[in-house]
Amino acid sequence: MKKYILNLRVRSNKRLNQNHNLIELGCDSPLPSMVPGQFAEVRVDGSPSTYLRRPFSIHRVDRGANTMHLLIKSVGEGTRHLSALKKDDILNIMMPLGNGFTLTRNSEVLLVGGGCGVAPLYFLAEQLFRQGNKVNMLIGGKSAGDVLLADDYRAFGTVYVSTEDGTLGEKGMVTAHPVLAKRVQSFSKIYCCGPDGMMRAVAHIAETNHIDCEVSLENTMACGIGACLCCVVETHKGNQCVCTEGPVFNPKKLINWTSETETGCSLDQ
Amino acid sequence: MPDLNVKIHNLTLKNPVLTASGTFGYGEEFDDFIDVNTLGGIIVKATTSKHREGNPYPRMAETPMGMLNAVGLQNKGVDYFVENIYPKLLKYNNCVIANVSDSTVEGYVEVAEKINRLDHIQAIELNISCPNVKEGGMAFGTSCPSATAVTRAVREVYDKTLIVKLSPNVTSITDIALAVEEAGADAISLINTLLGMAINPETRKPVLSTVTGGLSGPAIKPVALRMVWQVAKAVKIPVIGIGGIGSAADAIEFLLAGASAVQIGTANFVDPQVTTKIIAGIQDYLTRHNIPDVKELTGGLIL
Repeated sequence: MKKYILNLRVRSNKRLNQNHNLIELGCDSPLPSMVPGQFAEVRVDGSPSTYLRRPFSIHRVDRGANTMHLLIKSVGEGTRHLSALKKDDILNIMMPLGNGFTLTRNSEVLLVGGGCGVAPLYFLAEQLFRQGNKVNMLIGGKSAGDVLLADDYRAFGTVYVSTEDGTLGEKGMVTAHPVLAKRVQSFSKIYCCGPDGMMRAVAHIAETNHIDCEVSLENTMACGIGACLCCVVETHKGNQCVCTEGPVFNPKKLINWTSETETGCSLDQ
Repeated sequence: MPDLNVKIHNLTLKNPVLTASGTFGYGEEFDDFIDVNTLGGIIVKATTSKHREGNPYPRMAETPMGMLNAVGLQNKGVDYFVENIYPKLLKYNNCVIANVSDSTVEGYVEVAEKINRLDHIQAIELNISCPNVKEGGMAFGTSCPSATAVTRAVREVYDKTLIVKLSPNVTSITDIALAVEEAGADAISLINTLLGMAINPETRKPVLSTVTGGLSGPAIKPVALRMVWQVAKAVKIPVIGIGGIGSAADAIEFLLAGASAVQIGTANFVDPQVTTKIIAGIQDYLTRHNIPDVKELTGGLIL
């Protein structure tokens, strides 16, 4: 898929809570083709301490309006700068990067997202819904405030929520939620994005139950195009770049992912 | 139209802008963004005698105006390079240069011999300056006897242009430069990354899996410029300047300090089109100053 460097205009910047923003970006010419799970590398202009681009999942694409959304969590100087963007500001973006999720058809699937790990799952849920799948979405967070955009996903299927402190949905880890703990066998595929520990735990459940699984990794990156070799993950074929071989992987290809006997996870990880 | 051609020993470059090894993959990673053939040349990712997995993740830490890396020469070895990567490089009609590294003199020689047979690779850059491998690499480039030994050994088996890439992590860079010139280098490139470190204060742990790594980016430019200036004055062979170059003005500074060409490294990660912008910017500069030939800039510093 051809990659582009585009100057996109901020159409809106919506604050979801204290540290998450949803930024809608538009363009005069049609946005390039992209698939769920791919990401964009965003240049952070005007933030002197931010030299490298920042990678973000493509959260949603609205072809009618010719816009795309990025879900941004403020964790440092660069992301705080992006969260403060105003309407009509210009963002320099390299996209689409990496490989997306493998879409099934006419099956029942489960999407598991933790914290800002829900970012790539909206675009995915929408496409899976269009392919005739019965979509189930499980969103986890430490607390109610970390459960992002749960209502938006209801357009594509059933939404389940769990929080570690019990302030919303089931109390406990996402992996303890009944949809995973009791009826996981009903899914032909599980897609997961979130903290490392959560993805490992979900991958383990999937493996134990012989369910196909894909996870989306978020390693620290510089170039985003396979030139610097900084974002590698250990796979059975050696170190591979998350930016070009991923960010979506079948956990069976990753070393020490599915052989471990992890049963829980914490969003602290 | 000003003349942008430069000569580095037997190489004729259509302009003085090259890409630094390890920052440009094998060229194809950038094909979507630029016409790679418009560059003076490309220096591809380092090749070693054997397959190397490189260092464990995390390998990168962003630092003020730069980054630390600890990739550790991940590559599939020279035989894989010859069979699988070299054929893909044939589509580039500019100067294609291989970067050669290893942990033993014999290893360097093996890689150089095998690459010597590849017609389309016009030069090698001997990497005696990688700070991220336990043995070899930078160790060769930090003492005059070992820099001499590896350069001389490769010189014996390599017929084409031999560039030696120097480490800045030394007491006297001019001594090393003079040693490799004496040992048969046709050109010198500098600087490789500066050894550095980052700590996460919350966890008290180093950010990089290897604790230390190589610093690159605009943060190192003044150090690189000073070293290029010192080395260019000391040696008779051409010097290629590297270190934090991100604009035409940066590149021109290195030329004025004595470099005949420059390499663009970390800036490629931020803007994959930066090299073509730098070439255009150099052209504009020459036109604006009525300079007919870019070669006139080399060593043009006014003291």
